[in-house]
Amino acid sequence: MPELPAELAVSLWRGGAQGRYETYRVPRRDSQTVLDVVTYVQRHIDPTLSYRFACRVGMCGSCAMTVNGRPRWTCRTHVAKVAGSGTLEIGPLENLPVIKDLATDMAPFFEKWRQAKGAFAPSRTRTDPMPRIRPDSPARIAADAAIECINCGVCYAACDTVRWNADYLGPAALNRTWTLVNDERDAGNAARLQAVAAAGGCHACHSHQSCQEHCPLSLNPTASIAGLKRRTALAYLKGELKP
Amino acid sequence: MNVRLYVWQRATAALMVPLAAVHLAVIFYATRQGFSAAEILARTRGSVAWGTYYALFVAAVSIHAAIGVRNVLAEWSPLSERRAGRLAIAFGVLLAALGFRAVAAVVL
Repeated sequence: MPELPAELAVSLWRGGAQGRYETYRVPRRDSQTVLDVVTYVQRHIDPTLSYRFACRVGMCGSCAMTVNGRPRWTCRTHVAKVAGSGTLEIGPLENLPVIKDLATDMAPFFEKWRQAKGAFAPSRTRTDPMPRIRPDSPARIAADAAIECINCGVCYAACDTVRWNADYLGPAALNRTWTLVNDERDAGNAARLQAVAAAGGCHACHSHQSCQEHCPLSLNPTASIAGLKRRTALAYLKGELKP
Repeated sequence: MNVRLYVWQRATAALMVPLAAVHLAVIFYATRQGFSAAEILARTRGSVAWGTYYALFVAAVSIHAAIGVRNVLAEWSPLSERRAGRLAIAFGVLLAALGFRAVAAVVL
């Protein structure tokens, strides 16, 4: 790996939607992450810098930002991997309103999870026995492949269709829907398939696969959306959906 | 795009795969045989089979292209979905009119 300079030139987005990039000098450290760089600026140079993080270990999905043009989880992105020239440009996530500096408003992102019926709809009560779900059943395998999403918004920021179509539910919400469609305990699939079969739903996806390319957990929302396309098309042909 | 448009677009695409393949094969055959326009018309005039074949092709193309144009307009132009839909229907009707006219010219 090439030696990096002792100092990094870091451009950070400052202000709201009409802001600009400002450059800071940040000392280079071993095993330094992009989140470490942002934190250094806030703690040592400008305490008014706004950004969002929580767990620092890639579990909570809070710290996603645009790093040198690509959406990334900053707590698990090493500077050595992305700043070969010793420069970093860090901005807020694309496709979401900027609150200030590096913090975006995630409300539209989660509102679309709600629209896509991303909440579990129980089919039993607590007095019923626990259902037995075979881990090797096709439905559970499909759900498991998509279940580890941490809601970081990287796929949503990377998606061309989200950029073009404000009504599109986006890869994360549809990926979540796919896990529930394959959950044998769930009772909400009629309304769920109806929700994702409407305009702005799964059929708006162009399968560009940017979500898969950028997902920090290497999930494949495009495959989940393709599953929803098949499932809704079948339900429509059977007369179970009203477009 | 909703599920209804999706199903129509995919179904017409599936239909066009064999139709386009035969269409291309016919073009190659006719040119390699060196058929004149009169010889081609002699084969197509009054042919129910060729009339049905190309009428189906025109219908599939008109529906498929109109749905695609609707998506392009809705995503890449400032038009609302409703206006994009109306323009796309007009485009599909135009394609159908031109196509059926051409089919009529070689079959009738």
